[in-house]
Amino acid sequence: MSIERIERRQGAALVAPAMLWTLAFFLLPFLAMIWMSLSHLEGREVVSGPGLENYQRIFTDPSLRRGIWVSLQISAVVTVISVILAWPLAWIIATRVPEKWRRLALLLAVLPFWTSYVVRSYSWALVLGENGLIMQSLIGAGLLEAPIQIMATRSATIIGFVHFFTMLLTLTIYSNLVQLPPNYARAAEDLGASRWQVIRLVILPLTLPGMVTGAFLTFVLCIGDYITPQILGGNSELTLPQLIMLQLGRRGDYPMASALAVVLMVLVTLAYAACARWLRMERV
Amino acid sequence: MRFLSWAYLGLMFLFILLPVLALVAFSFQDGRLPVPPLKGVTLEWYAKVLADRDLMAALWHSFLVAFGSSAMALLLGFLAASGLARAVLPGSALMRGLLIAPLTVSYLIIALGLLQVFNATGVRPSLFATGIGHVVINLPLCFSIIYAAMGEHQRSALRAARDLGAREWQVLALVSAPTLAPALAAAFFLSVTFSWDEFIIAFLLTRFEVTLPVEIWSMLRSGLSPATNAIGSLVFLVSVAILLALEFTLFRKSRP
Repeated sequence: MSIERIERRQGAALVAPAMLWTLAFFLLPFLAMIWMSLSHLEGREVVSGPGLENYQRIFTDPSLRRGIWVSLQISAVVTVISVILAWPLAWIIATRVPEKWRRLALLLAVLPFWTSYVVRSYSWALVLGENGLIMQSLIGAGLLEAPIQIMATRSATIIGFVHFFTMLLTLTIYSNLVQLPPNYARAAEDLGASRWQVIRLVILPLTLPGMVTGAFLTFVLCIGDYITPQILGGNSELTLPQLIMLQLGRRGDYPMASALAVVLMVLVTLAYAACARWLRMERV
Repeated sequence: MRFLSWAYLGLMFLFILLPVLALVAFSFQDGRLPVPPLKGVTLEWYAKVLADRDLMAALWHSFLVAFGSSAMALLLGFLAASGLARAVLPGSALMRGLLIAPLTVSYLIIALGLLQVFNATGVRPSLFATGIGHVVINLPLCFSIIYAAMGEHQRSALRAARDLGAREWQVLALVSAPTLAPALAAAFFLSVTFSWDEFIIAFLLTRFEVTLPVEIWSMLRSGLSPATNAIGSLVFLVSVAILLALEFTLFRKSRP
């Protein structure tokens, strides 16, 4: 046998376990979920599909439709605010902080990124509550007379999300910024550009890949997250993942939960299609 | 411009670090509520948390699941990367795509699919089921990190070892693994952090024996308490320790 053929056979044997694992525990469950979304619940029994009852209900039931809309709004707002906050932060760390301190500054800027997700959301509940640090400080400083309700509103969800995703975006934009050759900025300056023009016309467009990659990740992780809206937003208005968990928990309605999950996936795919042009994951 | 930069940096650091600072500070609260004013400093809550059997059991479960599932993901990812790097297999682009696919799907969807298949096949919710789910989310990560670290020189070294009479497992264990050590370590520690912190899969696929994030979640239902702050601070400490280990291994990689 030629060495290529031996290598090919051995190669196939080595890939096999991982492939089997992925087929059994990822692809099969995935297809089972799509099939389940085409079934529906009658009483407490699952009636096997295929049918589009669940999807019809999603687009006619106001509370379900609203969930999709709320999720889209929150994710879009979070993505925009996070990009606006993270870009200057990444830029300052990459260009203004002395090189000796740069690594430390970056580490500090993303430190809570690595803490437990549940704990991080809880920490914001601590800070934002009626007796929390922020309200107490504002009242103590005489800026407020009575606490404003932030907890259990959409604002709390957005603050919690922005906190997390600003860190994520700072990482992706920073790694984009440090890869830019310094000559570009120097050349633009030599040609008479002001410092502001250099940033706006040269640096900013060159960081587009980092920004779009980070923004895409932000949108996708944000729209699929259950923890932050549940802990900080409460039940005042439900997001798509909260609706999915509600179907599972109270009703045991697996078909509807699956259909909502498929909708979630379609939204993510649409987001991907919208950014595909700029997405270069391997560069981050 | 200079002043503005530093002011912005300070404000953002405050925003980013504020919740963690509040978390840690009020874990020492000498009182029943982890909110201002700080009435005094006590270690009582740490003692209480460390004596809590449910929490300590959850901590142990999290360790088991994190290290077990990461080891499995690392092994599968390493073998698959070795296989795909050594030869052009029919359909190898498709296989690579399928191996990486779980990265693009949200955890909730992976959990939901597994839950249905486990229900249908009679697999009970358990730590084992959760571990299977965590391998699914970490395998793409391990595979792509290790695959990216394998180059053309890797293939020549393997051929040389084989020509000199090494058996297949010897090639993998004595030649391939040591040269890839930094990538393997990075993949392993990254997997451990993701598994350690993962909530939704563990929430849906465990029942009686739960992992730490799920246990903390159930503590939240009884409202704010310095005990939750204490366990949260401990978790933070562990995460930072893992982060430093990761930093160290990645750091070594960047220096030849």
